[in-house]
Amino acid sequence: MSLPEYHVKLPDGSIEKQTTTLNLGPTHPATHGVFQNILELDGERIVSAEQTVGYIHRAFEKIAERRPLYQITPLTDRLNYCSSPINNMGWHTTCEKLMGIKMPKRVDYLRVIIMELARISDHLICNSVVGVDTGAFTGFLYVMQYRELIYEIYEEICGSRLTTNIGRIGGFERNFNDIAFRKIEKFLVEYPKVLKEFENLFSRNRIFMERTQGIGGIDGQRALNYGFTGPNLRAAGIDYDVRVHKPYSSYEDFDFTIPVGKTGDCYDRFLVRNQEMYQSLKIIEQAYRKVQEFKGTDADVFHADAPEYYLPAKEDVYTKMEALIYHFKIVMGETNIPAGEVYHSVEGGNGELGFYLITDGGRSPYRLHFRRPCFIYYQAYSELTKGSMLSDAIITMSSLNLIAGEMDG
Amino acid sequence: MPLTNQQIIERLTEKFGQDIFDIHEPYGLLTFTITKDLNLKVLRFLYDEPDLGFTFLTDLCAVHYPDNVGKELAVVYHLHNLVENIRVRFKVFAGTEQPDVFTATGIFESANWQERETYDFYGVNFVGHPNLKRILNVDEMDYFPLRKEFPLEDQTRTDKDDEMFGRGNLIGLN
Repeated sequence: MSLPEYHVKLPDGSIEKQTTTLNLGPTHPATHGVFQNILELDGERIVSAEQTVGYIHRAFEKIAERRPLYQITPLTDRLNYCSSPINNMGWHTTCEKLMGIKMPKRVDYLRVIIMELARISDHLICNSVVGVDTGAFTGFLYVMQYRELIYEIYEEICGSRLTTNIGRIGGFERNFNDIAFRKIEKFLVEYPKVLKEFENLFSRNRIFMERTQGIGGIDGQRALNYGFTGPNLRAAGIDYDVRVHKPYSSYEDFDFTIPVGKTGDCYDRFLVRNQEMYQSLKIIEQAYRKVQEFKGTDADVFHADAPEYYLPAKEDVYTKMEALIYHFKIVMGETNIPAGEVYHSVEGGNGELGFYLITDGGRSPYRLHFRRPCFIYYQAYSELTKGSMLSDAIITMSSLNLIAGEMDG
Repeated sequence: MPLTNQQIIERLTEKFGQDIFDIHEPYGLLTFTITKDLNLKVLRFLYDEPDLGFTFLTDLCAVHYPDNVGKELAVVYHLHNLVENIRVRFKVFAGTEQPDVFTATGIFESANWQERETYDFYGVNFVGHPNLKRILNVDEMDYFPLRKEFPLEDQTRTDKDDEMFGRGNLIGLN
């Protein structure tokens, strides 16, 4: 049988097939991070997708085995870098759990403020990027100035913006200053209106709805089986939230609800993240009020009394013997950590961020494993995108909020 | 009545008897070790029994104990019952000579990549895994980097050419 004349003549040695292979990534502007997808396309429909990860693997778990605990905090910054304060606090609370340090309430509340601000900035990026991928750039630029405000608040507290290294094991490095509090107030006053307007731009927008509804959906049972946590699991209708199931940092003192979706598709994930931002605002408001209630010397408390692990004030180092000794021991990493085995998790921007820490009495962890939510739920991507269009796969990717840093560890 | 660690361990010893040992509760989290070949049976039991219901695999990783001859590698499972809100952790030990452990991918889809990661860093061979290959490291790597026989470099070593790393005497300045 001879081929029809219009048939393309392939060069010798080529394999003829019906589908197209497309390399999406590792450095494609639409992937928002360094990871590769090898898509098998039939026309514009995806037949199968294979994910490759590990392009920015930095061996944090290995590096951590040689470092004193406080030097591991900067490593956690670089997991989910959209909400690094949550990772930092997660690490501090893990160490505090291991060593049995009890935090003063004021420190807990200050931490809650920072963590919820971080959650807002994380969800804000995710949702506005979903907007960008569906063709609406305005929302992204509009909310960016409030992420900027959040970063300014971090800056007042710890001096840095993206990879924050905020706080210490045992509290904060210094008390929040007045500018920080004023900026938090400003955020509380201005942000709800902005969020409302951002929501109006998308949630009932016909184009946005048609692009996201029924795309990348997953039901609750499958999501659980795939190890989903965080907003992606809640969008599938399962109300699991570490802040409620295993409260840390005094989350039990706050009144808030867990928004849940139903279909687990991109639209529900968008709505859940939006609602969570309102809940975070509610928590920040309550925490801010609680912090303002501390008067006199109570208002100066910003760390626990844990001299062995918490760096003493500089003026004490120059004048007091014990402070000098502790300072030296902590800085040189010569503090022995009690032997133990602890699993602790916090509700990160993307879900349950777990720290599995084994110590053998030495100066650095014997083994540290990060449970990275992104890494676990990214496995479902090929199932989520099977049979959908290429452009839907892009939206699914951004609405899952895949962060390469968290994935590769 | 909420599920307690005591009840879980009673149910398990009733079913598996002497194969469950080293039971303790560090920081309130029930931890035990089981015979290597039983890991799937225990996972299945914890998953299927209606009164246990551990249907969520939180975490799967390995730990290397080089001094524990014959049982150097521990594979650690963290399971979560989301309804009762209780966790368990259990371990199986395998030797580096023949690190075969049954895969959990038949029960949990989420085990797929976590087992690949564990294989990648510790060389645990998950028997029955659909696609057991390296995930974070390069495919050509021929060792398992998180094992303890690969210590990180001593930061005080002096035999290195510091000029290549921006330390020491800079070229052209002396």
